[in-house]
Amino acid sequence: MSVESVILLVMSAIFINNFVLAKFLGICPFIGVSRQLDSALGMGMAVTFVLTISSVVTWFVHSYLLVPYGLEFLKTIAFILVIAALVQFVELVLKKSSPALYKTLGIYLPLITTNCAVLGAASINVQKGYNLLMSTVFGLGAGLGFTLALILMAGVRERLEECNIPKVLRGAPIAFITAGLISLAFMGFAGMIKE
Amino acid sequence: METIIAAVLVISGLGFLLGYGLAFAAKKLETTRDERVAEIEQCLPGVNCGACGYAGCAGYAQAIVAQGVPVYLCAPGGAAAATAIGRLLGIAVAESVPMKARVHCGGGDDVTSQKYRYNGVADCRSAAALFDGFLACSEGCLGLGSCVNACRFDAIDIDARGHVSIREDACTGCAACVKACPRHLIELVPVDRRVHVLCSSTEKGAVCNKFCSVSCIGCMKCEKACPHDAIHVSGNLARIDYTKCTSCSACVAVCPKKCIIDLGKMPAGV
Repeated sequence: MSVESVILLVMSAIFINNFVLAKFLGICPFIGVSRQLDSALGMGMAVTFVLTISSVVTWFVHSYLLVPYGLEFLKTIAFILVIAALVQFVELVLKKSSPALYKTLGIYLPLITTNCAVLGAASINVQKGYNLLMSTVFGLGAGLGFTLALILMAGVRERLEECNIPKVLRGAPIAFITAGLISLAFMGFAGMIKE
Repeated sequence: METIIAAVLVISGLGFLLGYGLAFAAKKLETTRDERVAEIEQCLPGVNCGACGYAGCAGYAQAIVAQGVPVYLCAPGGAAAATAIGRLLGIAVAESVPMKARVHCGGGDDVTSQKYRYNGVADCRSAAALFDGFLACSEGCLGLGSCVNACRFDAIDIDARGHVSIREDACTGCAACVKACPRHLIELVPVDRRVHVLCSSTEKGAVCNKFCSVSCIGCMKCEKACPHDAIHVSGNLARIDYTKCTSCSACVAVCPKKCIIDLGKMPAGV
């Protein structure tokens, strides 16, 4: 495990295999919380936190609970359990430390539970057979990639607010078109790093 | 069989562990919410007008508890809200007289002449920005209804001659119209003060007379007639000191231009 491969993994998770824009995971908060830059950043940080911690915890659960008893087939349920508990924990912490951010994130915070990016990262970790360090780094990179996508989208959408958009395209349609274009741009990174 | 037992044990064990972990964290990170904030919010009208200077009723309730802000700032809630909050917090609140908005201009299309025909946006602020407004009087009411739009309680009407009247029963004294009027013609006055000067023009009498038939000319008759030293002419305009005025309407009787009115003797609110 060289430093080089760790950096490559992070870069790959952020740019080449961006969870939102290349793997199409976690689209719900991507569309839902990308209206303002502030809340996008908050959501991105919350998801990054949950992703990183859940990658670590699910690695432990998988390799010390599921594998020894031959219960790999239960990984989805076990991972969801861990992720749900973690999100609850993040919610508690945020409510205590930053009520404003808690209010801004609103319904999207508990929705991290059902954010497929989080479960996706945990599953990919198992699939690829990453070790603890690689899992953690991959989770962090995936979270950063998610944050980047959210911030890019929020930046564009904040400007779109002031544009004269044709009436039929206002709201969700223009958001989807924008998301598609950003995704197309990220497709340009495809194949830059060998998996 | 062994796999089934292992599966049940592992998953339920994991569930127990996480569940108890969360319960412990919830206890540890408990946020204490002050019950008084919710109770104070119940006493407030909940219109979120912002007259108190805080972000909505919830913000004001929070400020009362956290910063000890005075309880009588809610204009729509008035004395009733102040007393209710005072009772909650154990603070004695002095009886306060509700404030109502008054327009200090009696002009209108039929009595005030115009400089030019205004065809712009029907908003006093834009009209006022154009050569001091279309009225020959640079201080008079433009009658385009910026105050009507600002009023959240539907308490302001404009009649056919462009004169603004305030319905006392609907006015809560929130001062939204006071801020909206570009001419600064609206003032909050205690509801029991019934006599008002309906002019804000500081032009000399001879000039006023040319463009408005109901303007104050600063003749000082009211000042001499007042038994309570409550009305004074300064800058060619009679002004009432509402702390001294007893609404005796001695000044109303002597005003040659009929620009001082007694609301008690008027058919409708002005």
